[in-house]
Amino acid sequence: MEQRIKIAIIGGGPAGLAAALGAYESGIKAEDILIIERDSCLGGILNQCIHAGFGLHRFGEELTGPEYAERYIKKVREADIGFITDAMVLALNDNKDITYISPTTGIVHLKAEAVILAMGCRERTRGALNIPGTRPAGIYTAGTAQRFVNIEGYMPGKEVVILGSGDIGLIMARRMTLEGAKVKAVCELMPYSSGLARNIAQCLDDFQIPLMLSHTVVKIHGKERVTGVTIAEVDSSLKPIPDTYKYISCDTLMLSVGLIPENEVSKGADIEIDRVTNGAVVDNFRQTSKSGIFACGNVLHVHDLVDFVSMESELAGRSAAKYVTEGFSGENKSDTVPKGGVRYVVPQKYYGSSIDEKTEFFYRVGKNYRNVSLNVLADGTLILKKKLVRAAPGEMGNISLKGEALDKARKASNLVFTIEEGENV
Amino acid sequence: MKKTFTCVVCPIGCELHIEFDPEDISPEQIKVSGNSCPRGEKYAKSEIVNPERTLTSTVKLNSKILPVLPVKTDKPISKDKIFDAMHIINGLIVSAPVNAGNVICKDFINKGVNLVACRTVSE
Repeated sequence: MEQRIKIAIIGGGPAGLAAALGAYESGIKAEDILIIERDSCLGGILNQCIHAGFGLHRFGEELTGPEYAERYIKKVREADIGFITDAMVLALNDNKDITYISPTTGIVHLKAEAVILAMGCRERTRGALNIPGTRPAGIYTAGTAQRFVNIEGYMPGKEVVILGSGDIGLIMARRMTLEGAKVKAVCELMPYSSGLARNIAQCLDDFQIPLMLSHTVVKIHGKERVTGVTIAEVDSSLKPIPDTYKYISCDTLMLSVGLIPENEVSKGADIEIDRVTNGAVVDNFRQTSKSGIFACGNVLHVHDLVDFVSMESELAGRSAAKYVTEGFSGENKSDTVPKGGVRYVVPQKYYGSSIDEKTEFFYRVGKNYRNVSLNVLADGTLILKKKLVRAAPGEMGNISLKGEALDKARKASNLVFTIEEGENV
Repeated sequence: MKKTFTCVVCPIGCELHIEFDPEDISPEQIKVSGNSCPRGEKYAKSEIVNPERTLTSTVKLNSKILPVLPVKTDKPISKDKIFDAMHIINGLIVSAPVNAGNVICKDFINKGVNLVACRTVSE
């Protein structure tokens, strides 16, 4: 089957939903937008995130994941924006041709005028870590376990060790405890947690679950089912210290060891990928290196808060609307450059004349800092200094330019973002 | 007496420093610093007087679409009653259709606190 559409959105999670609404609110007709979702319902990963804490920025109240999703799904339905569920995108090329398949439509070749990538991210697995040992049942990524418990209604195990202290791991430590399992330890390779401080407090401390920093799992035991793991302390170069080996019996090992933007489909369109974020290189409109293909949400860079995913995706939706109605000018883009302590900045490029007060730059730092400043330099000249009481790898920061700094940024060919430590801060 | 803990009100996670007299834990007498908003002060005081948490979980659901329904307490409940609450939640069965916001269990654990549905399931 052949099909044509103005704006195709790959993924019906928080990013895809907000992007669709962004495009619709910019004047694109509902029937000219199509959201392609592979699950049987819209909402994406929010549906399994039943804990509260979503929407404080966006709605000024604390919602659970399903509630947050439902607000957007309701708007999409009320606007009658097109969507198809149980539909998997198999391919995308740089001509914006999409191939998707679903039980109701079969294979469809969809020609889009603009494409918004909103596929989210995937979890890193045991294979990515190379943990030695046997291959029994009982090893899950935290998100998979979360789906089992919160959507399918199954308990994946009774005695749990969690490797990695990302937010999903912390949330699952609490969830498993509430449902009657014993969470024996959360091991974190680094000397700090990558999860939010509030989650360590309310998910671990509340239930006296030990957080073992600078610890990792060195062996998995068990033939049919996990029977235990051997953990060890690691030295400053992250190598396990031999005489610290300790056996913990358990039937389940959960991994919460990082998320990777899911860009398999994007690669078909030969989109330039940022080696740090593992997402596309985008400009301030969230347009990728291929004209008319946009990216937003966790497929672009992994966010901590869905509120920022929504905001970014609305922007991508508005940009796609602008692209299909009036197009973008051919002016040159300038670069943002992360340096000295700043790991990445999104967007990586910007159109000087088009950045305005609403242009926000997102960044992440490489280690924990206290009382430092984030400096922004335009062609080498300091234009903005933002004091940070603390900055952590687990917390995405944002900075927006105003007034005089903004004027200078508009004219500059590059903006450097860097962390300054010491007396002058 | 001095205590330090992380604020859980929002994702910023301020480090709160609390000074109080264990003999007199009336909220006016508790000194809070480190918070960056009034909600942090309120949280710190409640954490000394009566720690509370919003509980979220799932209940069994009779539905063609989903086997379990996400639920939450519409107000925070005492932290020490969380496992009692889980015991009740695990005995509840709900049938579709259900709308997000529907009360699943009225006066749940504490009077005035309801257990509500977090998701709409049509059938």
